[in-house]
Amino acid sequence: MPPFFFEDSMSDLAMIVSSARSEFEGCADAAALENAKARYLGKTGALTELLKGLGRLSAAERPAAGAAINVAKKELEAALNARRAAIAEANLTQQLAADALDVSLPGRGRGMGTLHPLSRTLERVETLFHSLGFAVADGPEIEDDFHNFTALNTPENHPARSMQDTFYVEGGMVLRTHTSPIQVRYMETHAPPIKIIAPGRVYRVDSDATHSPMFHQVEGLWIDRDVSFADLKATIGEFLRRFFERDDLQVRFRPSFFPFTEPSAEIDMAFGDGGWLEIAGSGQVHPNVLRAVGIDPEQYQGFAFGVGPDRLAMLRYGVNDLRLFYENDLRFLRQFA
Amino acid sequence: MKFSENWLRTLCNPPLSSAELCDRLTMSGLEVEEAVSAAPDLADVVVARLIAVEPHPNTDRLRVCTVDVGTDATLQIVCGAPNAVAGMHAPCALEGAVLPGGKVIGRATMRGVESRGMLCSAVELGIGDDASGLLALDPSLPPGTALCQALALDDTLITLKITPNRADCLSLAGIARDVAAVTGAPLALPAIAATPVDFDGRRPVRIDEPAACPRFVGRLIDGIDPKAPTPEWMRQRLERSGLRAISAVVDITNYVMLELGQPLHAYDDRLLDGSIVVRFAREREQLTLLNGQVLDLESNLLMVADEAKALGLAGIMGGEHSGIADDTTRVYLEGAFWSPAIIQGKMRRLGFTSDAGYRFERGVDFEGCARAVERATQLIIATCGGRAGPITDVISERDLPKRAAVRVRIARVARLLGVTLSDATIAEAFTNLGLPFTRDGDDFIVTPPARRFDLAIEEDFVEEVARIHGYDRIPAAPRAHVQHMLPEPEGTRSRAVVKRVLASLDWQEIVTFGFVSSVTESALDPTAAPIKVLNPIAAQFDVMRTTLLPGLIETLKTNVNRKASRVRIFELGRTFTRTGAGVHQPLRLGGLAFGSADPEQWGERPRDVDFFDVKGDLEALAAPRQVVTLRYAHPALHPGRAAKIVVNNCEAGWLGELHPRLLRQLELPRAPVVFEVDLDALTTGAVPVGTAVSRQPVVRRDLAVVVDEALPAQVLLEALEQARPPHVIALGLFDVYRGRGLMEGRKSLAILVLMQDTSRTLTDADIEATAAQLLAVAHEKFGATLRQ
Repeated sequence: MPPFFFEDSMSDLAMIVSSARSEFEGCADAAALENAKARYLGKTGALTELLKGLGRLSAAERPAAGAAINVAKKELEAALNARRAAIAEANLTQQLAADALDVSLPGRGRGMGTLHPLSRTLERVETLFHSLGFAVADGPEIEDDFHNFTALNTPENHPARSMQDTFYVEGGMVLRTHTSPIQVRYMETHAPPIKIIAPGRVYRVDSDATHSPMFHQVEGLWIDRDVSFADLKATIGEFLRRFFERDDLQVRFRPSFFPFTEPSAEIDMAFGDGGWLEIAGSGQVHPNVLRAVGIDPEQYQGFAFGVGPDRLAMLRYGVNDLRLFYENDLRFLRQFA
Repeated sequence: MKFSENWLRTLCNPPLSSAELCDRLTMSGLEVEEAVSAAPDLADVVVARLIAVEPHPNTDRLRVCTVDVGTDATLQIVCGAPNAVAGMHAPCALEGAVLPGGKVIGRATMRGVESRGMLCSAVELGIGDDASGLLALDPSLPPGTALCQALALDDTLITLKITPNRADCLSLAGIARDVAAVTGAPLALPAIAATPVDFDGRRPVRIDEPAACPRFVGRLIDGIDPKAPTPEWMRQRLERSGLRAISAVVDITNYVMLELGQPLHAYDDRLLDGSIVVRFAREREQLTLLNGQVLDLESNLLMVADEAKALGLAGIMGGEHSGIADDTTRVYLEGAFWSPAIIQGKMRRLGFTSDAGYRFERGVDFEGCARAVERATQLIIATCGGRAGPITDVISERDLPKRAAVRVRIARVARLLGVTLSDATIAEAFTNLGLPFTRDGDDFIVTPPARRFDLAIEEDFVEEVARIHGYDRIPAAPRAHVQHMLPEPEGTRSRAVVKRVLASLDWQEIVTFGFVSSVTESALDPTAAPIKVLNPIAAQFDVMRTTLLPGLIETLKTNVNRKASRVRIFELGRTFTRTGAGVHQPLRLGGLAFGSADPEQWGERPRDVDFFDVKGDLEALAAPRQVVTLRYAHPALHPGRAAKIVVNNCEAGWLGELHPRLLRQLELPRAPVVFEVDLDALTTGAVPVGTAVSRQPVVRRDLAVVVDEALPAQVLLEALEQARPPHVIALGLFDVYRGRGLMEGRKSLAILVLMQDTSRTLTDADIEATAAQLLAVAHEKFGATLRQ
């Protein structure tokens, strides 16, 4: 820096810079800062006045003084910009603080429904059998006598008909007492090999904690050249163990009677060492049933079964009263999410 | 079929515990439904003889007995029973005995006199109902005998669930035969010797219907003592089978039925006129049954009659006016074989069942008729005395059931069961079951016995082999089969997917009955003629639903009653309507929304769910299928807020607010929005096809057109859609305005039009021309004007 020609001016400049700096620092908002700026750098500002005074100096003094003032001006502009940024930053911070949310509040909810536990069970049954190559078939609930009974080797007045208390409807029809008529309908329209399950609603005149007048069944049917009783045992055993995800599940087959299977078996299961629970009826499809739909029982054979998904759901989800499934209390149903 | 285990063990007694025996029965196909002790555990209760009965020094109500319980010293027992008398035998609970109910017997002092034990009534022991005094025991029983042994209380009452094919096991002999077959224990059926005939009375028998009655066995027994009591052992066996003892002859016929499976009937011979006749009922014939019921007979009912009157319903129940009375001395015994076909279905129609009918409709051993009559004769004469007449045995051979020999192939056994069983195993099964067979090469030729009505084809015998071999010994081993991949149609959605999408839109699935109340059905639609259930389980389930609404509304009510304020439910199920001779029963998806549109939350103002909320959900559910709703009249819906649902141009269901008139009737506080749609409309679809996207700029032009209030927006949109030039790529409604600036009865519909050409940028002139073209269509068809 050149030596100052004018002691007074020099000391003025230093004072102006220092007072401007402190004034800038003291400004709390952009408007105050702009006012302060005007006082030093504006048309009549202190620094501007000094610049105007340069003309009174000699030519020799003028460059050095001018340079000194310019340095001071740059210094002030820098201080001004810094203060502007600081104020803007403070403003932003304040704004952001004002914008802040209570992030702990719940999300804007639409809610979620759930499937009925029996649907959930049926879906699970379908998925497991699907993985073994069983397709899904369906049939009517108001069924004719032929498909519900006669085609299943249960002629009119057969005592086996009293095994199932039947609902009768107008027009000589019945509410199907089992899903087995779907077997017949499927075999009427499809040639072997046949590998299906048929879930559906069925009806029997019965009502208490373990019986509902309407309930569900899943029919299974596998007809091919050599599908045997050993296949039946393997298929059902694997299904039950997969369904319950338990390897200690016990399954037993015991002789029973259904007019449409021969040999016939009742299937019981038990968890570990627990008691036996009846879970399904099954057997090798009776040759009369095959013949009635035009399948030669010497060529083709196979098994059928009917399992109770309501029972499966009760055991799976720890529900001990079947009626809860049909009462449709939303608080009960929502548990199966 | 209920019976005493001890009785069974007199016929076949395998070295198995009671529980093991039950397990073997179940695993052989005779399912044990229940097995209970005949009496409570009565350890330390013995037979006592009352040596002396003295008055109590301090009270009149008690007495002091000196009792012999078979030990050296007698016991002094204080007793209050009025029938206590010196010399009688009665049960005595010794010190330390625990009676049913947990009472522990100890040494006691009663009103100053020591008492060491307790003399008991039947009630106190839990073996009877008589509480009036001590249970009087047979005086021949030695004192000190354990009561269980004295009364044969150590017995189990077993109830079997006999399947309809195993009528042969509706008797102790039949069950014993199966037990012998599966356990190998010897079979000891009662020896039945023909009773010597020492009187020549007989009644002629005339069978008019031999096809219905292929065999009829009759016998007279004269000079019986009508007062002779039923032997105690028989009475006990009957009672333990659930039959009440009545009189010796009736009890014996019941006993033989339980023992051998052949129902018998005993007539008072005084009341019979001439020959026994088997014939169908006559016009206007009446019969009073043993149960007191007076029957107007139908001509398809087979009767046992005499020459003057009907005696009973053949094979089902005897008549009241020919049965055994308490002064009957001459008995006519009937043991017939009735064809199952003639009995089947009759009891259901008559509205009652009988043990005899139950057996005959399933099939009774037609070779056992005479044997059973002999057995009954043997027991009657042993019990009541009397003389037996000759047996009349009328047989129509050609009407007896056929028992054709059946060929059983070893390979077939292996193929059906999936396991190869040896010749010896198969032969052993047939032998154990008493099924006679011969060999023809590798095959077995097996003849079913008369008692088995369930063995007619090869598979029946395969089951017998498997049963005796043991189902549990067939391996659970799958064979190798040809594998097939399942078809997976990509354009079709599964039911499960549809349900899950709806659930994710905040709808809860429910499951309700297919039958509903006719009252609800007709409230919803007075013109619906639902299919009636002929035997409803309750009055509120008397018709099949024509819509899913009743179940949805019922569920809404259930939950509103339980303080639910917001209910959004759906069901996927069948509805049932008549179509000519048949029944239309499609799978429908029905829903009901009630209460606020959204769950109550801090960020949204609560408002009630409305038509368009539900339509929006249906659009989301159906996508990419197009959902269109058009005005519709449905008796259950608000006439101004009801629509039919059209999915991909097919009418598929309806949507709307429940009719206000139904609210009070159904006790609902507010109207829910309901819908029902065919499932098929939501599952069928197509595989998508992709085309390249145009790179030309898209131009949006909004058209606000003023139309008559009554014009449905959809109608205008469809008209524009049909008229649109190819470069109009989308048309959509985005606002509806009514009010200031519009005339009364007019509304403004704001429609956005997106335009894009595939090959060039559209010019302003193109855009203006297109807008004008669309507006012209709207004007021409609907008088629409551009909103100023």
